[in-house]
Amino acid sequence: MRYLPLTEADRREMLAAIGAPSVDALFGDVPAAANLNQPIAGLAPHQGELQVERALSRLAARNVPAGSCPSFLGAGAYRHHVPASVDQLLTRGEFLTSYTPYQPEVTQGTLQYLFEFQTQVALITGMDVANASMYDGATACAEAVLMANRVTRRNRAVLSGGLHPHYRDVTATTTGVLGVDLVTLPADPKGIEDLAAAIDDKTSCVVVQNPTLFGHVADLTPLAEACHAKGALLVVVVTEVVSLGLMPSPGSMGADIVVAEGQSIGNGLNFGGPYLGLFATRDKFVRQMPGRLCGETVDADGKRGFVLTLSTREQHIRREKATSNICTNSGLCALAFTMHLSMLGELGFTGLARLNHAKAAQLADKLAAAGVTVLNQGFFNEFTVQVTGDAAALVDRLAAEPLLAGVPVSRLHPGQADLADLLLAAVTETTTEDDMDALVQALGGKQ
Amino acid sequence: MTIRFTEDHEWISVDGDVATVGITTFAQGQLGDVVFVEVPEAGRALTKGKDAAVVESVKAASEVFAPVDGTVVEGNQAVVDEPALVNSDPQGAGWFFKMTLANPAQLDGLMDQAAYDAFVEGQH
Amino acid sequence: MNTQGRKTTPDVESAAATDVGTYTGNRALVHEEPLIFELDNPGVTGVDLEAAPAVASRLGGLKAREGIGLPGLSEPTVVRHYTRLSQKNFGIDSTMYPLGSCTMKHNPRLNEKLARLPGFGDIHPMQPQSTVQGALELIDQLAHWLKTLTGMPAVAMSPAAGAHGELCGLMAIRAALRARGETSRTRVLVPESAHGTNPATAAFCGFTVDAIPAEANGRVSVEAVKAKLGPDVACIMLTNPNTCGLFEPQVKEIADAVHAAGGYFYCDGANYNAIVGRVRPADLGVDAMHINLHKTFSTPHGGGGPGSGPVVLSDALAPYAPLPYVVHGADGFRLVEHEGEVEQGAQPFGRLKAFHGQMGMFVRALAYIMSHGADGLRQASSDAVLNANYVKARLQDLMSVPFDGYCMHEALFDDRFLKDTGITTLDFAKAMIDEGFHPMTMYFPLVVHGAFLIEPTETESKATLDQFIGAMRHLAGKAKAGDAAHFLAAPRYTPRRRLDETAAARKPVLRWTPPAA
Repeated sequence: MRYLPLTEADRREMLAAIGAPSVDALFGDVPAAANLNQPIAGLAPHQGELQVERALSRLAARNVPAGSCPSFLGAGAYRHHVPASVDQLLTRGEFLTSYTPYQPEVTQGTLQYLFEFQTQVALITGMDVANASMYDGATACAEAVLMANRVTRRNRAVLSGGLHPHYRDVTATTTGVLGVDLVTLPADPKGIEDLAAAIDDKTSCVVVQNPTLFGHVADLTPLAEACHAKGALLVVVVTEVVSLGLMPSPGSMGADIVVAEGQSIGNGLNFGGPYLGLFATRDKFVRQMPGRLCGETVDADGKRGFVLTLSTREQHIRREKATSNICTNSGLCALAFTMHLSMLGELGFTGLARLNHAKAAQLADKLAAAGVTVLNQGFFNEFTVQVTGDAAALVDRLAAEPLLAGVPVSRLHPGQADLADLLLAAVTETTTEDDMDALVQALGGKQ
Repeated sequence: MTIRFTEDHEWISVDGDVATVGITTFAQGQLGDVVFVEVPEAGRALTKGKDAAVVESVKAASEVFAPVDGTVVEGNQAVVDEPALVNSDPQGAGWFFKMTLANPAQLDGLMDQAAYDAFVEGQH
Repeated sequence: MNTQGRKTTPDVESAAATDVGTYTGNRALVHEEPLIFELDNPGVTGVDLEAAPAVASRLGGLKAREGIGLPGLSEPTVVRHYTRLSQKNFGIDSTMYPLGSCTMKHNPRLNEKLARLPGFGDIHPMQPQSTVQGALELIDQLAHWLKTLTGMPAVAMSPAAGAHGELCGLMAIRAALRARGETSRTRVLVPESAHGTNPATAAFCGFTVDAIPAEANGRVSVEAVKAKLGPDVACIMLTNPNTCGLFEPQVKEIADAVHAAGGYFYCDGANYNAIVGRVRPADLGVDAMHINLHKTFSTPHGGGGPGSGPVVLSDALAPYAPLPYVVHGADGFRLVEHEGEVEQGAQPFGRLKAFHGQMGMFVRALAYIMSHGADGLRQASSDAVLNANYVKARLQDLMSVPFDGYCMHEALFDDRFLKDTGITTLDFAKAMIDEGFHPMTMYFPLVVHGAFLIEPTETESKATLDQFIGAMRHLAGKAKAGDAAHFLAAPRYTPRRRLDETAAARKPVLRWTPPAA
């Protein structure tokens, strides 16, 4: 067995040093009835690398990769081009096989990239401070509501109807057990809801997604003012983080907490995980933040170095009084993100955002020319298309071509007849004009 | 002026109507370098044995409990601004808050210096 | 009063300068690497993009953003930057990393290769299910292994990490209690030796936490549990093997007592790697247990994540497993995503994650499991326990052992052997770094003073263990001989010496800011 270095002779010698008659003797505390004396039945024995690769490759071959055909899938996960060097660097063993940086002298590599990552996240969100990442955007959203409740000492959160339903559900599940009062607005495909009207003196925060699930973009400044007038916080959710290269930052519009799904930068689709939750806020709220934080300090020789800090917020010290139970974060996904964003830089990040937006506008124009209705006035790289008939059935039909036409709204908001003909279509820099024409033809019939 | 101690390592020093509360030299030594302190606002009612303030080092965090019932007169802004005072002068400039006593008889249930010294000795 | 505080500022006087000084500040292989922001060369980029089509902006009247403040770096600059950073890290690839409770075992590269196949890495979570049948089957296959190995009837695959799995388990318990109409069961029993995530999760789930004291032998006794049981107890959260590296001999009696009192048994599976293939948690009376795929099944820790924490569930809790999940229907595999689609009897408690779980980790874990097979997994557990006992046996004459007898996969020592030396567990750990080892877990579990929790894992050869044991004996001897200076100045050979954590916490600097003009 290739991963196990001990020989039978080693084992005998070691048992002799221990003074144990057998390995079984070491398991003497296990109740006899539960102590198995042979491998569990019905499971395959060990296999060589070739055999495992063959078996799993066979499973992989039964999926249609998004990159193998025209794809317009978005709704919280986006296919972008990741530079080859990102993944090459990611697999360096010193990054890949390192643990949480508990011993800072031998983990300055991890700590420095986390410090750089926190700075990049703060810059793109327009906030003061960011943590070292959460599991994904949806769990970060739930944590933001809990944090807003701690900061305001209130217990009612208002969720926009433009919020991704999975984010809404994760937030409801997580905060529901703590008795948080959630005011959930109905799905808002046209981007016309009045969130300010839902704020009252008991509201801890308003959670709004920008661009919304349906692709609408908004200046959130008036909403931030409405929140602050009532002593509530504004939580801004971003599911397509590339949009921050073109749209005004949530911080500049008055956000108090920004949570985002960072998958778009550096990370592949991976069928939904692992992804990368971004979490940023104002300096004054930092002690109420969940998750790990890296900070700058000096070493015994006076040289700059980095450590995990403000850990007393966390579960390993505060236990039941911690700000969250989170321990593991998305370290490697954060590394991929920070490397890709470093590679892009100011020019690349803003350029990528402009390219995504321009291509999306190009598709919208093509659809309009073909007589297909696009609901959005404004959008970033994703918008809502009204199709003829049932969008889910259409998407399933086109998948056979294969053409991944987008996400039918009914898959996220099931059981609502008025949404059944709506399709979310996303465009990124990976979308070609041929891809667009294929979609236009499938939806509109003429080019 | 009387000084009394709790089993949670708070000290309370009574001077007339007002008492000063902090954590003991032993306690600060157990915590290590104090990096953060939160003190109660004036006017807050305190209950004996309940949370009154927070003290944190890098690796440890603890509540500071009210040694007796009463009302906060003043929190010590100096330790909030400079938490190191809790290490350098825990039973002097590193005090946490001043309070009035609702029931001075509660002091009788606390330890005096000799009893506390013996208590700390027994912790090892 | 929490007494786990310790010195967090370096002892500057004992930190004798080791540098003879170079022009660059570099020391051969170890570079002084600036922050990316300090490498900024405005106008440079590491990515070439195609020209954007000339179309009118559709930003709904929003003004395009300018001046974010990101640095401009070319591709070679970026590659060199991260390569240099990587050289400042220990990994399991570079050295023995015996971090107790964290399970730093070899991360096979086959796992990485397979997770990157386009058929796994490049599929979208919202693709039509007909286009992801292989992915759903992979999840189903991994679920089958996890259920069979643990003897449990169901598994919730979506939790993103161990603590997230704990949350899943406790939410399932809460849902089951509500379904029984027992909303007054609000108390969760947690042994003092538990991971911090256990009480944090219970509180995060709205329960109150009641601590169970540890016995003098490092175990939890059924009597101590019975003394805490009552009609308001929702469950016990028990780690087994426990955080002291010991199997709980009364685990079945404890489970029976908790069940008899109407509560559930949540098992923290962080240490499941010690017993895979040798014990099935179902046979111990477990109702829910998370499995850290990044510990037991070799997915990489990646400097702190991502993890993956599937939760196996008993029949009593299975109906409450969260959405989404995979079922096998007549025409292939199906993902159940909404309450309206669930089968008879299922009452999912909600949703924990944006999508279906950590697919990238599932591929890696299944590749590892298939490589080992049922026989190899059992052998890996056996070797992990053998290695830990070997370390314990070879060190217990020089270092102090809080609990006698055989251990499971980790050997626990305390700091009594350092009494009156002026050397702490922390100092000892730093001297281990100079010897080329990542230190063990220190100051955990909390029930032991100045804990050294050493988990070698099955990855280490006897030769490596012998070298490690030799280094530990050398250091213990030095400590007892009174050579405190050797420890207080350590580490000497690292890119950075001891760091001032006190200063970092008193005046937090959590991001780079441009220098004042």
